Amino acid sequence: MLSRIQFATNISFHILFPTITIALCWILFFFKLRFDLTGNPVWMRAYRFWVKIFALTFALGVVSGITMSFQFGTNWPGYMEKVGNIAGPLLGYEVLTAFFLEATFLGIMLFGIKRVPSKVHTFSALMVAIGTTLSAFWILALNSWMQTPAGYEIREGVVHATNWLEVIFNPSFPYRLLHMLLASGLTASFFVAGLSAYRILKGDEKQAPRLALKTGLVLAAILAPIQAFVGDLHGLNTFEHQPQKIAAMEGVWETERGAPLLLFAIPDEETRSNHFAIGIPNMASLILTHETDGEIRGLNSFDGDHPPVKPLFFGFRIMVGMGLLMLATAWLGCYLLRRPAMPRVFLRVLVAMTFSGWVATLAGWYVTEVGRQPWLVTGILKTADAVTPVAPANVGLSLALYLLVYAVLMWAYIHTLKRMATKSVYVEEFETAEPAADGSLTNLPQSHTQPHTKPHTAGGNA
Amino acid sequence: MFIALMGLAVLAYAILDGYDLGVGILLPMREEDELQRDTMIASIGPFWDANETWLVLAIGLLLIAFPSAHSLILMNLYIPVAIMLVGLIMRGVAFDFRAKAAVDHKLAWDRTFKIGSLLTTLTQGYMLGQYVMGFDKSLPSQLFSAISALGVTAAYSYIGAAWLVLKTEHQLQARAVRWTRRAGRATLVGVIAVCAINPLVNPGVFDRWFTFPLVMFVLLIPALCFLGFVANDILLRRLPKEHDRHSGQPFFIVMGIFVLCFSGIGFSFFPDIVPGKLNIWEAASARESLRFILAGAVVVIPVILMYTAFSYRVFHGKATELHYH
Repeated sequence: MLSRIQFATNISFHILFPTITIALCWILFFFKLRFDLTGNPVWMRAYRFWVKIFALTFALGVVSGITMSFQFGTNWPGYMEKVGNIAGPLLGYEVLTAFFLEATFLGIMLFGIKRVPSKVHTFSALMVAIGTTLSAFWILALNSWMQTPAGYEIREGVVHATNWLEVIFNPSFPYRLLHMLLASGLTASFFVAGLSAYRILKGDEKQAPRLALKTGLVLAAILAPIQAFVGDLHGLNTFEHQPQKIAAMEGVWETERGAPLLLFAIPDEETRSNHFAIGIPNMASLILTHETDGEIRGLNSFDGDHPPVKPLFFGFRIMVGMGLLMLATAWLGCYLLRRPAMPRVFLRVLVAMTFSGWVATLAGWYVTEVGRQPWLVTGILKTADAVTPVAPANVGLSLALYLLVYAVLMWAYIHTLKRMATKSVYVEEFETAEPAADGSLTNLPQSHTQPHTKPHTAGGNA
Repeated sequence: MFIALMGLAVLAYAILDGYDLGVGILLPMREEDELQRDTMIASIGPFWDANETWLVLAIGLLLIAFPSAHSLILMNLYIPVAIMLVGLIMRGVAFDFRAKAAVDHKLAWDRTFKIGSLLTTLTQGYMLGQYVMGFDKSLPSQLFSAISALGVTAAYSYIGAAWLVLKTEHQLQARAVRWTRRAGRATLVGVIAVCAINPLVNPGVFDRWFTFPLVMFVLLIPALCFLGFVANDILLRRLPKEHDRHSGQPFFIVMGIFVLCFSGIGFSFFPDIVPGKLNIWEAASARESLRFILAGAVVVIPVILMYTAFSYRVFHGKATELHYH
């Protein structure tokens, strides 16, 4: 149990940072590319501010990731003995193709701007972005394989790969990867928008935060509906391969036709029923089977072999709720962009939603990971059989250690973000040596009256 | 083949992260040293992250190629691994936070960086000692592991200081030269102590070292090693020279010493992957997995080496003040 708590703590802590960095480095690449193409220094200023934030977030992701890689061996020896033949190479490829790429080019990206030509620098940013995405690719391949294993056989009680393509592109992988990448995009865009809104609220009159705010909002407005669509596909895929997970998410206790979509309920594991259920009749069946009276297998058909219902039921609703909130905010925000200045109330909303992506992502991960229980690898290995025989006292000690460290780090991270944002209000990130082609922008701070969306000519987002 | 790859990864880690850990350990902590601290950290700034990746690769390869050894080793080293990870976390974040924190917090982050580096090296040395002892928990092997912890810390300081001689100038360089000499002597003592104790407690190692004709070859390693230490010390006495001549040599000599010590350890235990308990043939994992990862490794590792070299070329020359641009 302690091992599970420890692993859950570590993975929850770890996932927060890649969720931001995977997409943030593409946003950075976008900033840098725009600067290269337009020569407009505002893009460079935005880039410089966000690259610092990126570095900080990335560092936290790296250190917590190293912790994770060791925990496979220390806390889950049964896992490695049983499925090491699959997990090992996938993790190995992550290190080989992604880690070195990110780490090496990050050095150039962070400290090399005066030492390499601008194009090489942009290239480094691109390499880092590819690296983080590849990293997500391999990790999700492994995670999806644990959910829906394929391309393997069991010899002498140990899993052996028979077809690597099937292993990597297992049935749920494409959906899971897309879902995660989009989640990262949304998290990063609200993160960017929120912190930029904070700067503006603090009285930052410069162009860069406005531009970043706009980038974040537009990106979120585009990604949110796509995410809803992909999420639906992902749900259908799960329905096909892991019906017990869906049953728990929807709180369907008995197999039924025309199941309602429960907006709210309190599932009760003891009486095996829902209290205070409010639902839309036939909706769940419609969504999952695309027929109003489609059959949904209930938890009764997986007796004793289904995941705990409450965390899934609520986790799923938190994720979807958060997603809808993000969708609404992003669209409203894009509408408000047409005004010369954002209403302060809306800026405050954005600040409040800075970490909304974290909430949704964590909730989503709990749904997917708890939803696999009691299996660690569906149909192959139960969680209980993989856990370490190391003395509980040792696990407890290291858990306490990690919790302490993580708490301090989280505090320091948020504190430092705030401080960097506050500081940037008074500091100019990047001064061009000579007046740039569009001279009006070089002598910041800008005049207060200028509408914030005007100066850059091709204002849209890719 | 995998042993060779893993050897490469571990060696690369010891040398590369060795120097940046060493720099961390050496950070002078007085108020007025702030500028020197900045330069020291700047000298490792672009590299430390990639350096640490070699550790992940080594652990990853161990996991891929020898899963049972991976479990055995990591479970036996549960607590030191946890402490080492905390050390690595402290380093990793301190590095980034120090640049962004307010002035009054910077010293605290620098201290975190130093302590994190120290924790990491000490636990790594301790784990090496435990590993050599076959995870024996008795008092003598604990003592041996403690000596090994100090030895590795000295060795990392040695290579770290030599790195600084290469990357810095003026006052700090002169200081680094003194550090290198001192750390070099401490490392020599550590190596001798470990070499003396190891064959005494490990009969297998004793046999391997002192049977003819191998003994001739075995003597070559410590002889070359000793030569390296002495040559370096003599060279360092004359540094820094005019026009910064020979400032790179100490680092490369220390690298040579690391390679020698490493091959010494490898020679003592091959083909055991956990000394006295498990050899590589017993621990190897399924062929199809190995072939799958090997195919990738053969293609990817040269590419990694190439862009690593590129990165070192970009950041060649003396460390300048660390700017995020």
